[in-house]
Amino acid sequence: MNGRRNLINNLLFGLGLALMIAALYMVFMYVPTEKSMGIVQRIFYFHVSLAWVSFLAFLVTFVFSICYLRKRLLKWDYIAHASAEVGVVFTTLVLITGPIWAKTAWGIWWTWDARLTTSLVLWLTYIAYLLVRGYATEPARGARFGAVVGIVGFIDVPIVFLTVNVWRTQHPTTIIFTDGITAPMLMTLVVCIAAFTVLYVLLTAQGAGLKSLETSIKRLKIRRTG
Amino acid sequence: MEYLGYLFAAYSVVWAVIFGYVLYMQRKQKRLQRQIEMLQKSVASQISHDK
Repeated sequence: MNGRRNLINNLLFGLGLALMIAALYMVFMYVPTEKSMGIVQRIFYFHVSLAWVSFLAFLVTFVFSICYLRKRLLKWDYIAHASAEVGVVFTTLVLITGPIWAKTAWGIWWTWDARLTTSLVLWLTYIAYLLVRGYATEPARGARFGAVVGIVGFIDVPIVFLTVNVWRTQHPTTIIFTDGITAPMLMTLVVCIAAFTVLYVLLTAQGAGLKSLETSIKRLKIRRTG
Repeated sequence: MEYLGYLFAAYSVVWAVIFGYVLYMQRKQKRLQRQIEMLQKSVASQISHDK
């Protein structure tokens, strides 16, 4: 069982590395420079990929939080928790790369427009998720509270996604679905999303494994002292 | 080439944060490994004491 898991892990690592090298090659060597924004538009490929994968991470947290509340199996909670952690890291990167791009495209680092504000709310919601878990006196209570925040917090994900289409914002609309992107740009974006998805799976699996190990050690310590 | 610095900053931050997170996980793993070793030693000394 462990051997099979190691093999899958190694294969995923190799795939992730190959995809990341391909993504970097495509971003810097293959894709043509966008005419109006110039070279800085290349931030788009990592910025959008990170945003998509953070949505996926929060979706996984949402699904596994429901599973945990239904069955109360800790393995579901480990996955939900690890996924939220990676989601927060990726959303942090979205909130850093976005303003760097905005400064060159709009001339300002930040504006309280619908997309940016709801993205910040999303980040704060999952920071709260991690804090709620951290401050809980008992692990089971932390898992339960976390699951509730993980389910309720997910409401913001479709709101973030729809903001650019529902409200008039400064942020570009989802151009992927409106033919606003050329074939090489789309291909580069797809490779970047694939690379970050593999990275997400690796980090989440590692994180869930560590959380499981941490709980086992805590239980052993309690058994020995009690 | 006007905004090359911004592009460099964006990609550097992405890799720095990801490396930081991997480092955090690695440190956590080492801490857990140390705790396992301590528990193993404690169990071994208790077994030898019982004998």
